[in-house]
Amino acid sequence: MTSLLVIIILVLLAIALWQLTKIFDLTQVGEEADNSQIANDSDNNTQGYLMFGFLAFIYIFTIYGLFTWGHLVLHTPASAHGGELDTLMNVSWVLIFIVQAITQVLLHYFAFKYRGKKDQKALFFSDSTKLEVLWSGIPAVVLAVLILFGLYAWTNIMFIDDNDDTIVVEVYAQQFKWTARYSGADNVLGKANVRLIEGINTLGVDLSDPNAQDDIVVSELHIPKGKKIHFKFRSQDVLHSAYFPYFRAQMNCVPGMVTEFAFEPIYTTEEYRQLPYMVEKVATINAIRAKKSAELVAKGEAALDSYTFDYLLLCNKICGASHYNMQMKVVVDTPEEYKKWLSEKATLVQEVKAANAPKPVEGGLEKDSTKAQDTAAVVKMAMK
Amino acid sequence: MSAEGHEQGHEHEHHHKDTFITKYIFSIDHKMIAKQYLITGIVMGIVGVMMSMLFRMQLAWPEQSFKIFNILLGDKWAPNGVMANDIYLALVTIHGTIMVFFVLTAGLSGTFSNLLIPLQIGARDMASGFLNMISYWLFFLSSVLMLCSLFVESGPANAGWTIYPPLSALPQAISGSGAGMTLWLVSMAIFIAASLMGSLNYIVTVINLRTKGMTMTRLPLTIWAFFVTAIIGVVSFPVLLSAALLLIFDRSFGTSFFLSDIYIAGEVLHYQGGSPVLFEHLFWFLGHPEVYIVILPALGITSEIIATNSRKPIFGYRAMIMSILAIAFLSTIVWGHHMFISGMNPFLGSVFTFTTLLIAIPSAVKAFNYITTLWKGNLQLNPAMLFSIGLVSTFITGGLTGIILGDSTLDINVHDTYFVVAHFHLVMGISALYGMFAGIYHWFPKMFGRMLNKNLGYVHFWVTAVCAYGVFFPMHFIGLAGLPRRYYTNTNFPLFDDLQNVNVLITTFALIGGVFQLVFLYNFFSSIFYGKKAVQNPWRSNTLEWTAPMEHIHGNWPGEIPEVHRWPYDYSNPGHDEDFVPQNVPMKEGEEILHH
Repeated sequence: MTSLLVIIILVLLAIALWQLTKIFDLTQVGEEADNSQIANDSDNNTQGYLMFGFLAFIYIFTIYGLFTWGHLVLHTPASAHGGELDTLMNVSWVLIFIVQAITQVLLHYFAFKYRGKKDQKALFFSDSTKLEVLWSGIPAVVLAVLILFGLYAWTNIMFIDDNDDTIVVEVYAQQFKWTARYSGADNVLGKANVRLIEGINTLGVDLSDPNAQDDIVVSELHIPKGKKIHFKFRSQDVLHSAYFPYFRAQMNCVPGMVTEFAFEPIYTTEEYRQLPYMVEKVATINAIRAKKSAELVAKGEAALDSYTFDYLLLCNKICGASHYNMQMKVVVDTPEEYKKWLSEKATLVQEVKAANAPKPVEGGLEKDSTKAQDTAAVVKMAMK
Repeated sequence: MSAEGHEQGHEHEHHHKDTFITKYIFSIDHKMIAKQYLITGIVMGIVGVMMSMLFRMQLAWPEQSFKIFNILLGDKWAPNGVMANDIYLALVTIHGTIMVFFVLTAGLSGTFSNLLIPLQIGARDMASGFLNMISYWLFFLSSVLMLCSLFVESGPANAGWTIYPPLSALPQAISGSGAGMTLWLVSMAIFIAASLMGSLNYIVTVINLRTKGMTMTRLPLTIWAFFVTAIIGVVSFPVLLSAALLLIFDRSFGTSFFLSDIYIAGEVLHYQGGSPVLFEHLFWFLGHPEVYIVILPALGITSEIIATNSRKPIFGYRAMIMSILAIAFLSTIVWGHHMFISGMNPFLGSVFTFTTLLIAIPSAVKAFNYITTLWKGNLQLNPAMLFSIGLVSTFITGGLTGIILGDSTLDINVHDTYFVVAHFHLVMGISALYGMFAGIYHWFPKMFGRMLNKNLGYVHFWVTAVCAYGVFFPMHFIGLAGLPRRYYTNTNFPLFDDLQNVNVLITTFALIGGVFQLVFLYNFFSSIFYGKKAVQNPWRSNTLEWTAPMEHIHGNWPGEIPEVHRWPYDYSNPGHDEDFVPQNVPMKEGEEILHH
């Protein structure tokens, strides 16, 4: 409230200031106008040289940036389609650098070269159809190539053929965590709706659906190398975005609808850790962390853990206060490891049964499972 | 259009003396309204820029204690001087809202459309001075409401300036979606009403009130830009208004336009059948044209200033008009490039990629035409000219990365990262801001009868130019490293630890650049009172506003409105001794038109 009062006072002060202009209107009479605040030849000279200097600044800064920060940029895509995307990216970058280099030189060099001088006369050059055609034609041709290349890649990546041999996995978003559901042996996910959320069935899976019987719910995403994974995304509350930077994959999770993205991982987590660039990156990060840890320990706080690389799934659409900490570890296994990992997991139906089983009483399992089915049926009725 | 009709109106104005209220507050004079827009825009700009400095500090030195946080944000939002994550998001949200709408739409377009449309087309005032006044005061009201929203108990809106539901619709989802969001929506609804009144006025004025001889192809490019901008505004702003109203319905009256199947805070909500994607479509149907609402006036201002200060005709006058029209048309059919990965049908993504990349063609034409205008000129490097050249530079740098973001395939991996932040800040934020500064330096004498100090102007430009690249150039790299935007801190991801020193560098540039805007503020406010008195046509310009007397009179010209005999870009015309020939100078006997 005090701050609001302060602001009101400031506004009033501003109005008072405004009123002062009236007084100054009167004092203006009799003052001489002159051209001292208009650029003269000496200003033009100085500013012209500074323009040239600024060109140097842009170039040096760009080159410095490429050397100092170039290694930060994501490279070596971990998915099969990533290579195509990165090629398109690199083609675009080459083009951008060429155009940027030429136009900035011309712009700043002309600003320097033609800086105003007293007896210099500008050339009256108002238009040229030839030139206009030239610089609308060249971009048109170049863009046509980029558009065609882009659309070809986009179609390859985004259109998922249902006949493909894929593994269907659901990625489920909620404030502020990710959960994954595997479709099991039938490779079909059971129906689900937020209205069915109850107890440990946090994804609202319809337990009466035959397709849901072998569904497996986990909090760490494992996927096998060399197999296309067909992700289906859901959200239970607000918009989220499932962002897998190393796989060049991203899709929003929208409450009320299912969205999809498919990709094939081509490096296991272990293999990706061994890539020379990643070894170097992790070493750099650990050096930074060691330095920070030393400071923390000096202050009497706990040191930071050392870092090993893991693929991550990040939330990339603002989703609430803790948006900045919504992540899930993604592990790419060899197909054998993956099979083994998945076979050790209990299905959701089993977990629900176990949770509903009253521990001390013998033989309660049967009764409870019917009860669970009843509840599901009731909820289904309510939905209708 | 008839000069006589205006003459009568003009005489009528002299019957009563202006009081303080009618002259400075409820003024219907376009020149005063322009100044009102400008001052309000500058005040909002100060708030918006300060917010960005605060959250940049949090990003460089996450969760560290700063006394300034505690002073400005209070104990609730910055206990012990550590910024809370709710308020971080609020600062980001309100910074975006204020800069895009209140500074770069109202502050830029509102100021210069109002000032220049009547003066440059040779009209006594806007078509409706009264509507114009209402437009400003609604804008003022919406500004006040937006600032008030900073003080509500649950905090200002913090769901991002794009206010995507359900986050913005559910108070359970985030603290700012309570009273703060209500105020945000009401403020924006009023803002849109203000903007529409302004735009309609600009359109009607340009079409009907041009002076004798001022054909459409003799209009300065500033007017073309303002005119087309107003049309884009009228076409697209109402769609945002409808989105805002529907969101208010969802929030307050239980409808389900944008909401469906939501389980939050332990309960299922009743909403069913709506879609947040619908909101995204409605939002971006304004949201993307909005980019051009912001940048076209800046480009119009630049065209005028570059031609005047190069002492050369703008190169390719007709091509410039064509490219403005092409950009305006394309701007309404590209909104989906904000939604490539929203879950809409990928086929739509292909269509929007195609239309989006087409915009590069008229943009390239404009950039090359500016560069050619400089070629073999006699450049008067005034501060306004520096900002205009700076605009062309950042417009190119920022525009080029649009080739990446407009391509749906490449957008997959850079969507919503800092790469996007770097791109749009350069291409529309910094560029439009440069356009606004250029306009202020150039037309300050017209507005206040005095000159801005040129040396302070030079300092202002060079520090701003270096800092703008210093902030946004490194930001491309951290975006390409996969760093998502709108993260309160990156410390939960050891993966991003090696980006931290880049963030410190960015913040350092941002703080220096922000503080140096004080040079401009000092120059601006002190020159209003103590600046050197200006001569009538300080930049030796051709356009009509400089034929009007220095002292502001209602009706702009004391006698008859000048008649126009030529286009506005007769600079260094070989048939004349002077290097400029104002539009109201009649053609010499046997003088040929040297341009197309």
